[in-house]
Amino acid sequence: MAKLLGLRCRECGAEYELQATHVCEMCFGPLDVVYDQAALKKIVSRQRIEHGPASMWRYRDLLPVEDDVPVVTLGEGFTPLVKADRLGAELGLRNLYLKNDSMNPTNSFKDRVVSVAISWARAHGFETIACASTGNLANAVAAYSARAGLECFVFIPVDLEPQKVVSISVFDPNVVAVRGNYDEVNRLCSQLLESTPWAFCNINIRPFYAEGSKTLTFETIEQLGWKLPDEIIIPIASGCQFVRHRQAIRELIDYGLVRDDRVPALTGAQALGCAPVYNAFKSDTPERVLPVKPNTIARSIAIGNPSDGIYVNRIALETGGVVEAVTEDEIVAAMRLLARTEGIFTETAGGVTIGVLAKLAQAGRWRGDEVVVAYVTGHGLKTADVLASVDGHARRVEIEPTLKSFREKVNI
Amino acid sequence: MTVTVEATDLGAAIDALDTRYPGFKDRLLDQQGQLRQFVNVYLNDEDVRLGAGLAAKVSEKDEISIVPAVAGGS
Repeated sequence: MAKLLGLRCRECGAEYELQATHVCEMCFGPLDVVYDQAALKKIVSRQRIEHGPASMWRYRDLLPVEDDVPVVTLGEGFTPLVKADRLGAELGLRNLYLKNDSMNPTNSFKDRVVSVAISWARAHGFETIACASTGNLANAVAAYSARAGLECFVFIPVDLEPQKVVSISVFDPNVVAVRGNYDEVNRLCSQLLESTPWAFCNINIRPFYAEGSKTLTFETIEQLGWKLPDEIIIPIASGCQFVRHRQAIRELIDYGLVRDDRVPALTGAQALGCAPVYNAFKSDTPERVLPVKPNTIARSIAIGNPSDGIYVNRIALETGGVVEAVTEDEIVAAMRLLARTEGIFTETAGGVTIGVLAKLAQAGRWRGDEVVVAYVTGHGLKTADVLASVDGHARRVEIEPTLKSFREKVNI
Repeated sequence: MTVTVEATDLGAAIDALDTRYPGFKDRLLDQQGQLRQFVNVYLNDEDVRLGAGLAAKVSEKDEISIVPAVAGGS
């Protein structure tokens, strides 16, 4: 069954054949994949999904990869949804859940989008995969390109965290370190498209890539027993992921996978050091997102010129969500709070999400019995250096290998 | 692709492009004459929205880049 009909501009509705292109020729609007919904309605069911693999590919019917295409997979997705009772107790939330997407093959959410993107690209004859990245995407692209046996070029800002560069380079891609920030890297890649026959995951094949994000929400709702939560807290970089989560909820309702049709509040989280979407949300003109120069430890979400920013604010307002932001200190405090209460070590971007969750809880946003889910999208070892001053050597108690020394120095 | 036009500010440069490629301006600017949401314009690598916008002055050596905004991230 050919379930994919084409691409459609989100702004003006212009339609295009399925191809590696991401921008409307008429208005520069973003292109989205169009599915044959009538055909899908006949086959999509909870049972069919539940009998699928224990990976995000259990939602294959709702992803832009035709049935006969072999997928490039490392077992991404179907990550744990954990009920966070200890963190919830600190925040006054009795039904708090964390979707721990740091449990993906390369330890971030990006494996979902990259698995879809590279599967699509390989099936459509691309021999080189590329991306502009703040680190996590390059990590996933390098790993999945290796898995697929495809040539790989990743473009990263020159000052990326050293541990991220190691976990990218080990897969032997071509690593291009650009003397500039992410927005400049991204712009260079957009310009390179004209002269290279490459599949840039988050540029020319972005319509397909972006669709992989939906599986995070599909899984969360399945793991909640096919029930929609009251609110979901999502980190905001370009906002691309946020938009897909709204679409995922629409599809769950349209395909009858959930009985409820009460759309959860979708809330966005940014670091104050790079908060263009938050700034617009707080202003009188939430759909006018002005670019900023990023300056934050939350590097993986430090996009100063977020392409989907206006959609984030539109969706947040439509669903009763908000966009909130936290300081650098609050990010670190939230990383430590999550680790201390739930045993989950997240990167700085996760600190932003948990920081916003904590900030909203403390401000009295919830009564306490609402079902709230926070998306933890990357592992703490990716950005461990930000904790070195508080959780490194300073936290140790150093002793001699004697009982005497232990008793003298360790309080038990 | 690269082209050369003569103008003293960015708005005039877009007008000059429109003369050469009729309809170009409508693709770039909305009905209020502002840059469309999904177009980024850079003057010597600086996003013009961070500066004077369409009123930005340009001179002989300046380079203007017009790049679709929908890219990046996830």
